[in-house]
Amino acid sequence: MTSELGAMKAVILRDLKSAVRQPSDLLNPLLFFVLVVMLFPLGVSPEVEFLRQAGGGILWVAALLSVLLSLDHLFRHDFDDGTLEQLVLQPQPLFLLVLAKTLAHWLLTGLPLVVLTPLLAVMVHLDGNSIRVLCLTLLIGTPVLSLIGSIGAALTLGLRSAGVLLSLMIIPLYIPVLIFGTGTVMAAADGTPVAGQLALMGACLVLALTLAPFASAAALRISLSNG
Amino acid sequence: MSEPLLQAVNLHCERDDRTLFRDLSFSILPGTLIRVEGPNGSGKTTLLRVLAGLNDNVEGDVLWRGQHRRHQREAFLQNTLYIGHRPGIKAMLTPLENLQALTAGRGQLSDQVLIQALKGTGLAGFEGVPCRRLSAGQQRRVALARLLVSDEPLWILDEIFTAIDAQGVEALERLLMTRVAEGGSVIVTTHHDLQVPNMQRIQLGVGDDV
Amino acid sequence: MWQFFHKLGSPKWFYDIATRLMPWLFWIGVSLFMAGVVWGLAFAPPDYLQGNSYRIIFIHVPSAFLAQSVYIMMAVAAVVTLVWRMKLADVFIKSAAPVGAVLTFLALFTGAVWGKPTWGTWWIWDARLTSMLILLFLYFGAIALGNAISDEKSSARAVAVLVLVGVVNIPIIKYSVEWWNTLHQPATFKLTEKPSMPAEMWVPLLMAVLGLYLLFGWLACLRMQTEILIREGRTRWVKALVQTGGNA
Repeated sequence: MTSELGAMKAVILRDLKSAVRQPSDLLNPLLFFVLVVMLFPLGVSPEVEFLRQAGGGILWVAALLSVLLSLDHLFRHDFDDGTLEQLVLQPQPLFLLVLAKTLAHWLLTGLPLVVLTPLLAVMVHLDGNSIRVLCLTLLIGTPVLSLIGSIGAALTLGLRSAGVLLSLMIIPLYIPVLIFGTGTVMAAADGTPVAGQLALMGACLVLALTLAPFASAAALRISLSNG
Repeated sequence: MSEPLLQAVNLHCERDDRTLFRDLSFSILPGTLIRVEGPNGSGKTTLLRVLAGLNDNVEGDVLWRGQHRRHQREAFLQNTLYIGHRPGIKAMLTPLENLQALTAGRGQLSDQVLIQALKGTGLAGFEGVPCRRLSAGQQRRVALARLLVSDEPLWILDEIFTAIDAQGVEALERLLMTRVAEGGSVIVTTHHDLQVPNMQRIQLGVGDDV
Repeated sequence: MWQFFHKLGSPKWFYDIATRLMPWLFWIGVSLFMAGVVWGLAFAPPDYLQGNSYRIIFIHVPSAFLAQSVYIMMAVAAVVTLVWRMKLADVFIKSAAPVGAVLTFLALFTGAVWGKPTWGTWWIWDARLTSMLILLFLYFGAIALGNAISDEKSSARAVAVLVLVGVVNIPIIKYSVEWWNTLHQPATFKLTEKPSMPAEMWVPLLMAVLGLYLLFGWLACLRMQTEILIREGRTRWVKALVQTGGNA
């Protein structure tokens, strides 16, 4: 078991180190997140009432889109420089290594989004309780986005115009998390208890954690077979 | 005669409606070096990827120590070292960090040992420089440093001489010969004119017709 | 059993069986479907609430039914593709996916047509319609991925993984969408419950559903035969078949 944990740790460390030394990859999804949120007051309405109502949804959609945008990087660099081949040939079960990579991806995109959320939430006039719940839903929800997204990223590896195809495949699968996430925030704004909905999101996370790494691992093997 | 490490039985591979190889059978015995030969596009890389377990779009069987490889996956992976065209070197990491990451899943090696290996490939003094600042040949050498610390009995090496200078090529040839003499097995593809005694050959790209 | 399984994997065997089966599937399917639809459209009594506009369910419900079943059939074929690497299962997925997409579209379209007199608008974000719309995109995703990967075997296995992921998600999507919109009509037709409709309505509906299933079977066979001929074009039996003009 220690060899598995050691290998997973090495994978995470490598990805974190690489990313920190190339901060633009890290920063771009965050900037994109802010920009998408900014489009709504400009494109729809800057009225406080509208923003307060739609704010939770806007931030969720923006977070979803920036995770989606960052997915292409999840395996592509590794695919291009051959790291992925070495990963697949490690003696440890591949799904654990994929899980480690996905975790690194979340630490580099999902977590910063959550950290940035309160700031943007204030800009769309959410109240304190809603902001807390929104951050909580994103904290549970963004790992799900990374996990499901890893399947799509693995399947589209090595294809031309992978980006649009990835979105086409993955957005439908994102819908349940989005619905639960925004629904929870809306319930919080109405002052109703949200424990049940949060538990539901937790269930989504557990399901994604247990199934997605296997699917991604299978997809990686298929994509590499093609290379 | 000792037991073969890896056996290929009736491998048949088609790609984009073209037969790369068919009815291909051979054994890799301990203490042998096999060179896969053939013109560009004849399926050398594909064959090595099949042997390494990366490509399974293939019919036929691959046996590891006499048993089906898919039941022996862990044992096979633990005992095989594959270095491909793209050797898995991260541009943002230093040679030492790259080696650490690449060997992490394969038994603990101290940094001392890894630095020694980097020295052995002529990268002394470059341990802390990000790989993107190194030349193509130096980057290959980082990957080849793995050979110096490898205890895997089977090496699968695709085009390892690419971008390596004459001195490096010579050292590498010597390394392969020592390895084979010690009882290791090596299967390589290369356009370099490899001179190793008792080299076996697998010829691809002939009899391509159905 | 194994021998049967093995035969099932042989494209030539399937081709011959399909040739014999297809006329039956077609004629029984057409008669059932037409009988159900004509009965439903022309003779069944009008609904006491919705008047005559409800009659579109005789098209809407069968296509919606089948649209979902086809995806589940594809998922079963996906398991077969991944576990046994059976070529025929992959041929099925490739042939069925566009048909499923068209059926989903048909269900959406008839739903919209139905929506106009019922709700006064072409589209409402009703749970069932929304789920259908998502299903349509699941189909599109699978088709697009299949087209994007040029290598036949990789393409088959990648699509199989995607379809399996999709089928795990379908119940979650349905549940979440229903949770999102609890204001929707209850499902028209449940196998486990006694239908709330009078027999004059549900018997033709059942006929139309069955008929459409058979017609799908026919169309799937036809498309699979075509796909097999393309893939096996180099083999002896296909060449022989082409020379005899397809009467073999």
